Amino acid sequence: MKEEFNIISNLIEENTRVLDVGCGNGDLMKFLQENKTKDIRGLEISKEKVQNCLSKGLTVIEGNAESDLKQFPKSSFDYVILSQTLQAFLNPELVINELLKVGKKVIVTIPNFGYWRVRLQLLFKGTMPVTENLPHEWYNTPNLHMCTIKDFYNFCSSKNIKIFKSIALKKSRISEINKSNLNYKNLDSHLGIFLIES
Amino acid sequence: MNKNIDTKKIIISNPLKLDCGKEINNFPIAYETYGELNSEKSNAILVFHALTGDQYVSGKNPITNKDGWWSYVVGKNKPIDTNKFFVICANVMGGCMGSYGPSTLNESTGKQIGTDFPIITINDMVNAQYELIKYLEIEKLFAVVGGSMGGMQVLQFVANFPDKAKLAIPIACTSSHSAQNIAFNELGRQAIMADSKWENGFYSNYKLNPDKGLAVARMAAHITYLSEKGLQEKFGRKLQDRDSLRYGFEADFQIESYLRYQGSVFVDRFDANSYLYITRAMDYFDLSKQYKGNLSDAFKKTKTKFFVISFTSDWLYPTSENREIVIALNSIGADVGFVEIESDKGHDSFLLDVPSFLKTLGDYINSTYKVINERRI
Repeated sequence: MKEEFNIISNLIEENTRVLDVGCGNGDLMKFLQENKTKDIRGLEISKEKVQNCLSKGLTVIEGNAESDLKQFPKSSFDYVILSQTLQAFLNPELVINELLKVGKKVIVTIPNFGYWRVRLQLLFKGTMPVTENLPHEWYNTPNLHMCTIKDFYNFCSSKNIKIFKSIALKKSRISEINKSNLNYKNLDSHLGIFLIES
Repeated sequence: MNKNIDTKKIIISNPLKLDCGKEINNFPIAYETYGELNSEKSNAILVFHALTGDQYVSGKNPITNKDGWWSYVVGKNKPIDTNKFFVICANVMGGCMGSYGPSTLNESTGKQIGTDFPIITINDMVNAQYELIKYLEIEKLFAVVGGSMGGMQVLQFVANFPDKAKLAIPIACTSSHSAQNIAFNELGRQAIMADSKWENGFYSNYKLNPDKGLAVARMAAHITYLSEKGLQEKFGRKLQDRDSLRYGFEADFQIESYLRYQGSVFVDRFDANSYLYITRAMDYFDLSKQYKGNLSDAFKKTKTKFFVISFTSDWLYPTSENREIVIALNSIGADVGFVEIESDKGHDSFLLDVPSFLKTLGDYINSTYKVINERRI
């Protein structure tokens, strides 16, 4: 978690306007507030988590990214962050499009379904993968649209979304993803972090 | 009802031009304060009361001898902690607890003003209260807070005085009174005016009081403050002090007895004409219309932080209407937080013991106060 926060923080310039979509209990917001910028907002669907954020004095709105991002004007944030949440939406493509409208730049992090530990579970155990990063069983997972680093990379190129930076994380090891190492990074990383722009 | 009320009061000498066109001056605004203003004058919170509230937010209300109307929220070690904050609340203009209203005595005749009182608006109420803040020599409030009609005043205050509050918390309110809400208010007014003792609003001249009409108005309104589920759970079809139906029109059911009681205690503390004037002010409230149909424009000039709160079972000022305020603020990039609190207690939730509301509100106010103070240093 800490590694992911550090990477996201390094992608963000100081004193910019940031929106964290699916901000949960506000841990990333707090981290960025202490390290990067005071001007940070959150959007979260769970009442309980919204209340936790507000209790910490964080500016958070209860709402659903699929319907409530519309209320923000175009390019109203320098960065919009979607941390490990994309797979939980009914319509991830729509959400990405909304994010790209609201934010000048968008940071998306993806739990990689192409990670070899995940692949091995399905291959050898024949059951849906359950890992540290993907702790749910198939019957109670909130994750509707799992994808791999390669899937997201290809999605961006097919939709003409510019990838400024793509970073792979394996445990605490950080590396860059590019076209030539894509297959390898897709196999050997548990998390992908993308900085994109429309 | 202005019956020998010994209340803190200022007389506002500056002329105030009302929305109806009339200008008033030398009028009283009654208020109460709790806690101490710090030396930097940075800890003041102005609380706005709702339709039937008054300046007695916390502690014992000296008129009713009951707890102040927001005792769950304001007081020592409460969410708005008066050990830390200086809390101010004024009786609204049009009210009957010492501020300028229809029961104020006309100095030349010695009689109550009655329905010669001008029609007032939420805007007028807020402008009058701003005079109180000036009188108290507070340059900038830490927060303006209020629920229901109090929330409308919060919105109007920030629109009128964009740099006079650091934080604004409108709770369970709306930016524009809906047809349904106007309808309920009209029902209440008609009940009062249908009472033969109303005498076109000059009942006090005849030593009369339209208390039957006012009680019916209160009973009808009280239903709108609750939720269907809350009513069903609390009362169901339970009978009042009897084992079987009496086949008559007495209060057989507990809910009937409860409403009758609510009506009867209300008439002892509230003036019928005030009820007419204040409900009218609520009906006239349409902040977006004041800004040519664009609610966002009301907040364009402000840097005030907003925190909007609604309740799941509030059907009088539903979440959708509170959300419209949030949307208007977001569309201009204002600093706004929002949560809908889970509660079965209907619109009245903001006045009652709803732990998640009290906790979120208190934590938010305290952490925001800390952050704002840290930033200043």
